Amino acid sequence: MTGKNIVGIIFSNAYDECISELTGIRTMGSVPFACRYRLIDFALSNMVNSGIEKVGVLTKSNYQSLMDHVGTGKPWDLSRKNDGLFILPPFSTNETGGNRDKLTSLKGIMGFISRADEEYVLLSDCNVVLNLDIEALMDYHTAKNADMTIVYKNGKVPALKDVIVLDMNDDGKAEKVTLSPVTEENVNFSLNVILMKKALLERLINEAISLNHKDFETDLVQGNVDKLNIYGFEATGYSAVIESMASYFKTNMELLNPDNCDDLFNNDRPVYTKVRDDMPAIYGLGSSVKNSLIADGCIIDGTVENSILFRGVRVEKGAVVKNSIVMQDGFVAQNSTLNCVVVDKSVVITPNKTLSGAESYPVYIGKEIVI
Amino acid sequence: MARKQECIAMLLAGGQGSRLGILTKNIAKPAVPYGGKYRIIDFPLSNCVNSGISTVGVLTQYQPLELNDYIGNGQAWDLDRANGGVHILSPYQQIKGTEWYKGTANAIYQNINFIDRYDPEYVVILSGDHIYKMDYNKMLEYHKEKGASCTIAMLEVSWEEASRFGLMILNDDNSISEFEEKPKNPRSNKASMGVYVFTWSKLRQYLIDDEADPESSNDFGKNVIPKMHADGEPMYAYLFDGYWKDVGTIDSLWEANLDLLNPKVPLDLSDTSWKIYAKTPVSPPHYISVDATVQNSMVSEGSRVFGNVDYSILFNNVTVEEGADVKYSIVMPGTVIKKGAVVQYSIVAENAVIESGAVVGASPEDCANRDDWGVAVVGAGVTIGEGQSVAPKTQVSEDVVKEAK
Repeated sequence: MTGKNIVGIIFSNAYDECISELTGIRTMGSVPFACRYRLIDFALSNMVNSGIEKVGVLTKSNYQSLMDHVGTGKPWDLSRKNDGLFILPPFSTNETGGNRDKLTSLKGIMGFISRADEEYVLLSDCNVVLNLDIEALMDYHTAKNADMTIVYKNGKVPALKDVIVLDMNDDGKAEKVTLSPVTEENVNFSLNVILMKKALLERLINEAISLNHKDFETDLVQGNVDKLNIYGFEATGYSAVIESMASYFKTNMELLNPDNCDDLFNNDRPVYTKVRDDMPAIYGLGSSVKNSLIADGCIIDGTVENSILFRGVRVEKGAVVKNSIVMQDGFVAQNSTLNCVVVDKSVVITPNKTLSGAESYPVYIGKEIVI
Repeated sequence: MARKQECIAMLLAGGQGSRLGILTKNIAKPAVPYGGKYRIIDFPLSNCVNSGISTVGVLTQYQPLELNDYIGNGQAWDLDRANGGVHILSPYQQIKGTEWYKGTANAIYQNINFIDRYDPEYVVILSGDHIYKMDYNKMLEYHKEKGASCTIAMLEVSWEEASRFGLMILNDDNSISEFEEKPKNPRSNKASMGVYVFTWSKLRQYLIDDEADPESSNDFGKNVIPKMHADGEPMYAYLFDGYWKDVGTIDSLWEANLDLLNPKVPLDLSDTSWKIYAKTPVSPPHYISVDATVQNSMVSEGSRVFGNVDYSILFNNVTVEEGADVKYSIVMPGTVIKKGAVVQYSIVAENAVIESGAVVGASPEDCANRDDWGVAVVGAGVTIGEGQSVAPKTQVSEDVVKEAK
């Protein structure tokens, strides 16, 4: 399999700041998503589905929940004697402070990278929801004789800083790279899944260190567009970039369309996650559930519409949950109503409360809050 | 050498469960799916782990492939241990020849070496036939307190049902005075649950003696336990009061599943202090569409419901298409129920296809003669063709297509 020759590197904290409500207590990688997943599950599953056996997960801060989630890597078959999962916490040198960008992070794990025997390296962020065929990516990379292949999507550029936007020729070779351009047009923006030879990454990092470069996107990618064969590889099928609370909300809701769900939870490339051993969901007499995704362990006696319920959520009789996301072990007591609300883990909504937000601005209720 | 363990469990999982008909055609009874995501064996295995018993020998014989594959290294039940853990024990070749497990006692006899490795004081003998949550450790404490050689878990059943069970007549101190095997006129309603605690040194000797007896059928219930009783070994009954169900027949399997939907039945699978573990398939959350109605039912991950589901249990990756009706039924993993099909009072096994307009089973009210009514069963991988029907109380293990009726 292709992956045996690739080492995977996942940036678990990438773009943490864009949904600070959810990442205040966790990393982007451990943000709960789609009833039973954490965002890192997509990057990890993509890698192992292509046969990648060595994955380093870079962390910066607040990575307790991430450690708890990935554990030894067992659910992804990454608990191995040889290779497997490596958690790479911040490596403190005089130049790495609390603020680690991508380049500084990579400098900190030069040891991990240089010790790897694999010929290729695949970089991935966690704020991207995507089921990617990495074998196809590798075939493309080889066929194009590319130095670096960047997975992109055509659409409106995400409202994030330093998003790589590719201008490509007919062959797919990048001729110009811009970073987060201000435009209303559809562009080919990077999903920050990047494949290159490990030796190239090492060289680029070393160069960047010697030139005192600070930025991955500007110096390693944009600055090399003329020197390297940088190619774009289009992600087909459903994918999304989490760029704000509103887009987090919207991306979850998009999965209520079974076609999107089929694309993302492709039977050939399953998405793995930590198991919780809940019983199947129970629908009580008089419950009403429409157009919703429901995880195991839920007990529903009330009304649920256009919503995403995580594991172990309880909706009591007379309670109404509409257009909302209720995370693990949330409790909505009788005659309470939620509309456009994102409810973090283990929140209790006591009886007769009404909470309402807007789709463009969902109300967020923090972890373990009792209302 | 394994480290000494105070108590280990031996789980008898070799039975065919022939009364489950086509459901056990290719799998052993303990591997039969139950409750939306479990298999029967998840209950004794989870009980062991939750009771602090971390060494479990699982004795398999009949169609073990699926069961062996399911148990794997025991990781799903936290039984992948450096010391102990779960072990699959199949009959094996020995110097004097190869023998199948002749009876329940012989199965344990053939694995004396396995048990001796852990040098246990006590052995719990379980079967993979029942749905119940039980703390074996409490029973073990009781066994020690009574200084028993053998303790048998018992349950009070209704007097009407009593004649279906192996019964015990007890003295005031709960020691066992007499056994009665499925008597016509029961004198007791205290039924054995098939859960035993033995003092290993005693049981070991009885197993050796039993094997040496050519007259014996090498069965716990028929030979070993009566012999211990006749010899005056201290034997006690341990009262269990909770939900316990033998799922040995199609009807009882169907009922035991639907019991999960009855709030009055004391079997709570959401209790986090006594979780029932299972190997969880990799499936996305389940989806209920705008047009679907789901009432009083259990739905597992990966399923998609566009039709109506009432008083039913859907396992993972089941699809119920628009306008299809599923009532009072158990639908096992991967099955597809197409547009306008009706599945009622039925058990549909894995990966079956019910084509549109097909009708499986019937409600008791629709049967002119009540004796004609029973749970309909569709076997694994079977297709019920467009517009075809499966009568109540029948089992279908071959595709039902046009012409053939």
